[in-house]
Amino acid sequence: MTSPATAQAPLIRLEEVTKVYPGRGRQSSPVTAVDGVSLEVMPGEIQAIVGYSGAGKSTLVRLINALEPATSGSITVDGTEVVGLSERQLRHLRLRIGMIFQQFNLFDSRTVWGNLAYPLHVAGVPKSEHQQRISELLHFVGLPDKAHVYPGHLSGGQKQRVGIARALATNPTLLLADEATSALDPETTGEVLELLNRVNAEFGTTIVVITHEMEVVRELADKVAVMEAGRIVESGPVFEVFSKPVQPVTRRFVGTVVDDLPPGPVLEALRARHTGRFVTLAFHDPEVRQSDVYAVLARHGVGFELIYGGIEEIQGVTFGNLTLALVGADDAVEQALADVRGLVPVTDLDRLEED
Amino acid sequence: MEDTRLPELWPELWEATTQTLVMVSVTMLVGGLLGLVLGMALYLTRRDGLYSNRWVFGVLNVVVNFFRPIPFVIFIAAVQPLSRAVIGIGIGTQAATFALILAAMFGIGRLVEQNLVTVRPGVLEAARAMGASRMRIALTVVLPEALGPLILGYTFAFVAVVDMSAVAGVIAGGGLGTFAQQYGYRQFDYVVTWTAVILLVILVQVVQFLGNFLAGKVLRR
Ligand SMILES: Nc1ncnc2c1ncn2[C@@H]1O[C@H](COP(=O)(O)OP(=O)(O)OP(=O)(O)O)[C@@H](O)[C@H]1O
Ligand SMILES: [Mg+2]
Repeated sequence: MTSPATAQAPLIRLEEVTKVYPGRGRQSSPVTAVDGVSLEVMPGEIQAIVGYSGAGKSTLVRLINALEPATSGSITVDGTEVVGLSERQLRHLRLRIGMIFQQFNLFDSRTVWGNLAYPLHVAGVPKSEHQQRISELLHFVGLPDKAHVYPGHLSGGQKQRVGIARALATNPTLLLADEATSALDPETTGEVLELLNRVNAEFGTTIVVITHEMEVVRELADKVAVMEAGRIVESGPVFEVFSKPVQPVTRRFVGTVVDDLPPGPVLEALRARHTGRFVTLAFHDPEVRQSDVYAVLARHGVGFELIYGGIEEIQGVTFGNLTLALVGADDAVEQALADVRGLVPVTDLDRLEED
Repeated sequence: MEDTRLPELWPELWEATTQTLVMVSVTMLVGGLLGLVLGMALYLTRRDGLYSNRWVFGVLNVVVNFFRPIPFVIFIAAVQPLSRAVIGIGIGTQAATFALILAAMFGIGRLVEQNLVTVRPGVLEAARAMGASRMRIALTVVLPEALGPLILGYTFAFVAVVDMSAVAGVIAGGGLGTFAQQYGYRQFDYVVTWTAVILLVILVQVVQFLGNFLAGKVLRR
């Protein structure tokens, strides 16, 4: 999944990209949807872009295949500068970029076959090759028997599979996915994510996914960029961003899948049920295992109980925040904590208020 | 059974029926095509359209809005000079057909535009993202996607054209409407009037049925 750390050129390079929409009505003022964004995506990577509604995510991906022209900045895809290309040149570029959508956007007037044949026609693939390519695609997405069905008769998950097949028809090097699973139930979402993972693994297709679901980021992405008000406020490998979120918006997003410190009301409830010293241990370092920490506590004769939190696995690394209630003599607990601090970051919940 | 001259009017009835069929079908063919082009032009040049252009859209829009509300009985007389200039004759079935074509073009143009805007913008975006040209999208995405509503729209237009064609008598255009007025209404011959009416109703019903049937087939997939 992750590309080797060679001096490879990025597949996508955004530099100080800005998109300003003119105001719609007479009085309305212009909207800066994307505001000085710089981002690089390496070939074969899966880059997620998260952010709340209106953050500018859709606008950002639509700049990449120039469905919207950028107002300023530079966008290169596969070495081609996109900004300033003519409509004709853009059509060439778009043959190498597939796109899938939240609402699938299939042609209702065409069968599944017709939907898959359309990009082949556009790309000028000879008709004699359609049969084989379409059958390949349908097998790949697991819908070999749906060729002659109209989209109206497919379930949401099947429609998105067709959408993916259609986007892959011309073997694009890049796939853009705008909320591709947001209209699907959790189970179907899982299937579609697995399919996208296979696309990446088998064809080496670089994927940019927009989502507001951190589950999608966790299941799919190598890297994540968090957008707020048109800017990328935080970005990096998913593991890093998940384990050490910095910006408030990032913390909120990460909090939806990874438990952080127990929030106030939860802490009160915990206090009512448990005694002892409350500490939260952050397991971020793949070298440090939980058992190491528990061994230290045992050595100091400190009893402990896991009262809150959980361990996640992301990109093969386990991490998470565990809140423990420590029971023992005060100095024993103190010494144990000193040793534990040598292994993992510790947040002392009893001392939190005094900080 | 009351007095009626229907039996001696068969030749006139036959001629009137033919005239109506010719007027209506030529109008639907030529006016329908021109209306399609006009409607497409309105749709493509409107804001956020594939060929968005406020000036072109503005002009087309004003022209359509100007001509469409004119009652056909006035319109048919008003375009007589134009008819003389273009087809060389100001009266008769041909001139009536000329006026019908113009009126149908404006009406159908608006109808087509309204049907085309029902196509989901996301579908156009998908085609654009595949690298399809704007013209290709207009012809191979927009039209097929709107086919169901378009068929219903044209069916509706057909009935309106039949209705308008009844006015052709104003410029001696003939047809079933004129026949009904001349030999039925003015002679108080109800049998003649109703014979013409029934023929018109049958014509409209057949087309309405066909239109609904085809649209149903297209929309149900
Ligand atoms: N065509 C447009 N014209 C004017 N303003 C627009 C246009 N498209 C988007 N915007 C504005 O740009 C901003 C960013 O919109 P965008 O659709 O990129 O957000 P998003 O992050 O994708 O949100 P969502 O999660 O709701 O899809 C919003 O304020 C939106 O209103
Ligand atoms: Mg969006």
